[in-house]
Amino acid sequence: MPDTRTAQPGDWVEVECTLLEPADRSKNLPPDTAAQPLRMWVKGFLQTEAEIGQQAMVETITGRRVTGTLTDIDPGYFHTFGRPIPELAHVGRDLRERLAAYRAATPGAKGGA
Amino acid sequence: MATRFDEIMSRRGEIMRRALGMDYAQFEQSPIAFDYEGMMADHGYSLADIKAIQAAAGVGDTPLLELRNLTDLVRSVSAPGRGARIFVKDEAANLAGAFKDRRASMSIHVAKEKGYEGVIAATSGNYGAAVSSQAARYGLKCIICQETFDSRHIGQPEIVEKSRICEAYGAEVVQMTVGPELFFHMVELLDQTGYFAASLYSSFGVSGIETLGLEISQEMRERTGADPTAVIVTHAGGGNTTGTARGLKRAGATSTQIVSASVDLSGLHMASDRDFNRKSFTTGHTGFGVPFATWPDRADVPRNAARPLRYMDRYLTVTQGEVFYVTEALVKLEGLERGPAGNTAMTAAVSLAQELPQEATIVVQETEYTGAGKHHWAQLNFARQMGVEVRSGDPTENTPGKVIVIPERLEQVRAKDFDLDRMRKSYVRNALANAGAGYRPAPADVEFLAADTNGDVATVERMLEELKEA
Repeated sequence: MPDTRTAQPGDWVEVECTLLEPADRSKNLPPDTAAQPLRMWVKGFLQTEAEIGQQAMVETITGRRVTGTLTDIDPGYFHTFGRPIPELAHVGRDLRERLAAYRAATPGAKGGA
Repeated sequence: MATRFDEIMSRRGEIMRRALGMDYAQFEQSPIAFDYEGMMADHGYSLADIKAIQAAAGVGDTPLLELRNLTDLVRSVSAPGRGARIFVKDEAANLAGAFKDRRASMSIHVAKEKGYEGVIAATSGNYGAAVSSQAARYGLKCIICQETFDSRHIGQPEIVEKSRICEAYGAEVVQMTVGPELFFHMVELLDQTGYFAASLYSSFGVSGIETLGLEISQEMRERTGADPTAVIVTHAGGGNTTGTARGLKRAGATSTQIVSASVDLSGLHMASDRDFNRKSFTTGHTGFGVPFATWPDRADVPRNAARPLRYMDRYLTVTQGEVFYVTEALVKLEGLERGPAGNTAMTAAVSLAQELPQEATIVVQETEYTGAGKHHWAQLNFARQMGVEVRSGDPTENTPGKVIVIPERLEQVRAKDFDLDRMRKSYVRNALANAGAGYRPAPADVEFLAADTNGDVATVERMLEELKEA
């Protein structure tokens, strides 16, 4: 089985680090945000072999060196459209019917783009 | 002991001066007033220069489409003789899919001219895509600082898509959890790298939007023989309203009404970790629209080039559910599938058109790209996952963060007027507070405040009196 937890030097990975602990954050925050640290994730080429959860250094695409906890190897994007929204399903049909009825009843309404 | 945050913020002025390549001190006139037009003209580019720079950058001259089906549909619910013609400037046709390309093209051009190695911008919106795309064309390095996740590492789908597109264009994306200290880290990175600050609010960026106003006036004169009755602008930080209105004025379209529109997000806190993923909109909302209009100089530049109160004739708000409904209507009736946030002004236009006569014309001045994550379906599915109720019904029951109500019929789409006088007074209060304790505005300050609020001297004097009494 391939090892999906260990990354090799040169692999494209993601690291996480804490930028500000709660005590060091701006004094002007709502309580739910003030209780949390300010965290950061960035991707780059791994410098030395590391496992998920270990400290690792990457060189980002602009050439910066950033150290943090290794959180992902070959990180991807999985956002989607999701399922159709039932509350919107009728909108196109209803509005086209309405438009057709208006044009049929209104002299001078030309229709079409 | 000074924290890292305090240390960086104490050197912020000096870091930004180098990163912007411009000293704003030369424009200051008093603790309140500054030379706005002097600042806007300082870069030395004429409107013709900007058009040429943008043409080379794949930006501008986007199609102006008349929406005949939507117009007739609006007429079907309007009083006899009402129902203005609706047009849209399809800004999604810009290189990276939004009007923000106009801003970015100028920022990146300036960065290249001034010899910077790279650029940095703090943005979770289309501006990140625009800066990344232009930086790729000009061979500059690019870092985008983005507020992406809540403390559970859950990302708003629209912002996650923005991370993807910026990385696709070769930018380094620094993804952060919720908080205004995003700007602290941006300043820290500017200090570390020596890159150019591609601020959304620089005079370069805002001047880049003037071409949009110019094109609208020229194309409408060609198409209809006159300037539009109203131009309606999705409003957030104020650059879109400011740049478009300035361009219209420069084209001579002085009778065109400037209407700004935002999604009403009242009740949600913009810096709240909990509310972050319950907004369903990442921009074009009152959470930016009101604070930036009433105090523009909260931005990451010493003086904000985006000063929307100078130009706004009217400010309309619409609900989240209304925007999603109109976004769906636009796809099905006009074959125009575009991102929901960019359809905020379109939603307000559906309402505004009902007030105006059929001879009147309204130009909705932008659209934005759409795709996975950045789509009304994605936003509504995500809202449900976050515990927000989504249902059909009367949009006046829409409650940001709790219930998104999708209208059942077009006539339920009703924009609300936001009280501009209240915004003007709030702006004057903020200007006074920022001038320092005990500062007495001089006559030149009063004149500046009148210009900055699109008002008159007598009104500003009355507001100052009222504030003194309070």
